[in-house]
Amino acid sequence: EEEEEEEEEKMRLCYFNTTPHLLATNFSKPFNIPRHHIITNGQFRVSQRGVRTRAFYGLTTPPYKLDALEPYMSKNTMEMHWGEHHCSYVEGLNKQLEKNNLLYGCTMEELVKITYNNGNPLPEFNNAAQVWNHDFFWESMQPDGGKIPGEGVIQQIEKDFGSFTNFRENFVETALTLFGSGWIWLVLNSREERLTVVKTSNAINPLIWGDIPIVGLDMWEHAYYLDYQNDKAKYVNVFMNHLVSWQAAATRMARAEAFVNLGEPKIPVA
Amino acid sequence: MWQSSLEPHMSHKTLEYHWGKHHRGYVEDLNKEIVGTQFDGATLEDIITVAYNKGDPLPAFNNAAQIWNHDFFWESMRPGGGGKPVRQLLELIEKDFGSYDRFIEEFKAAASTQFGSGWVWLAYKANRLDVGNAIDPCPSEEDKKLVVVKSPNGVNPLVWDYSPLLTIDVWEVQN
Repeated sequence: EEEEEEEEEKMRLCYFNTTPHLLATNFSKPFNIPRHHIITNGQFRVSQRGVRTRAFYGLTTPPYKLDALEPYMSKNTMEMHWGEHHCSYVEGLNKQLEKNNLLYGCTMEELVKITYNNGNPLPEFNNAAQVWNHDFFWESMQPDGGKIPGEGVIQQIEKDFGSFTNFRENFVETALTLFGSGWIWLVLNSREERLTVVKTSNAINPLIWGDIPIVGLDMWEHAYYLDYQNDKAKYVNVFMNHLVSWQAAATRMARAEAFVNLGEPKIPVA
Repeated sequence: MWQSSLEPHMSHKTLEYHWGKHHRGYVEDLNKEIVGTQFDGATLEDIITVAYNKGDPLPAFNNAAQIWNHDFFWESMRPGGGGKPVRQLLELIEKDFGSYDRFIEEFKAAASTQFGSGWVWLAYKANRLDVGNAIDPCPSEEDKKLVVVKSPNGVNPLVWDYSPLLTIDVWEVQN
């Protein structure tokens, strides 16, 4: 019986591990996941005890308190954006996955790529991608953020954009030329082996092209309307000046270098 | 003016922003965009159909379509509006949707399932072929009826050669 409990505990930890990112979620905060149950299929021993918990993906909490980004992103916005929108994507996804066991058990990143289905997205894509996008967005920001990136990132930006100012202008302009809902990304393009700024519509993100996102900005109206109404320029500039987390970016760059060679290959000489 | 008369369903402040800033912004941007181009002096509907470019829109499309959509949206509402349509329109709705309530359900479902930004329309789909002015000699069940359609971002049913009757703006924020 104790063994089973242990195994069940391991199962539970497995399925709650929704963050593919290097920065760990704050596990000390309890997940609020009502009404979900851990599924038992043939792979795991069925315990003799009563109600089973079926859980798929949880709502990760931002790595800071909801009012920590004031006055640049208000607590109201965070409560609505995280508590309602992000939460409803998670719940919507879990409802969809209840019916479809084939998609069960993936990491968030895998799920996004699989449901994108090479351009013919499955119904789960919108929810899955938006969950991933929002997880990424919270981590792309920090209290007292903005300013200039540190070592590692700044060199790469200067190499690929000429200067930090060029990059910043590029980023803001791309954000302002996005029509409709979408996201802006500073992304490491794996084939070209350089950083670029891209804009995507609705739920799309650079994972589907096999690229590695470094920073993400939510340009859906719900992200900025409460605080900035239609002044998108102000929102994007505030993000650049006060919100973007270059620390998170540095961590992601470090990890990305395991997958993409950014320097000259070091071929040992015999 | 008429601005405050849609209260309490749509507030004065909403209209100030939606009409005064967003709609106005589209107009000003389009005017700047078309100076000296093929669209200078064209009618709005011409700009829309030409700039749609069969799904690969030219830059002027977004602004032009959004201007048209918003003009149409304001006209789709009036103070003291709502309720059931009368006479001919009610007959047509009952013929094509089964009942007025079924139409309302379909309309609401479309509006709540539009992902991202967009519009929902009550439109009339004629039996036209996708070639000039040709009429489809073998119309299917889908033709010659009222339909509820949803469109993303700035797209509107003019580009599919439908005749819009009513619209609702379901961009995330219209207030």
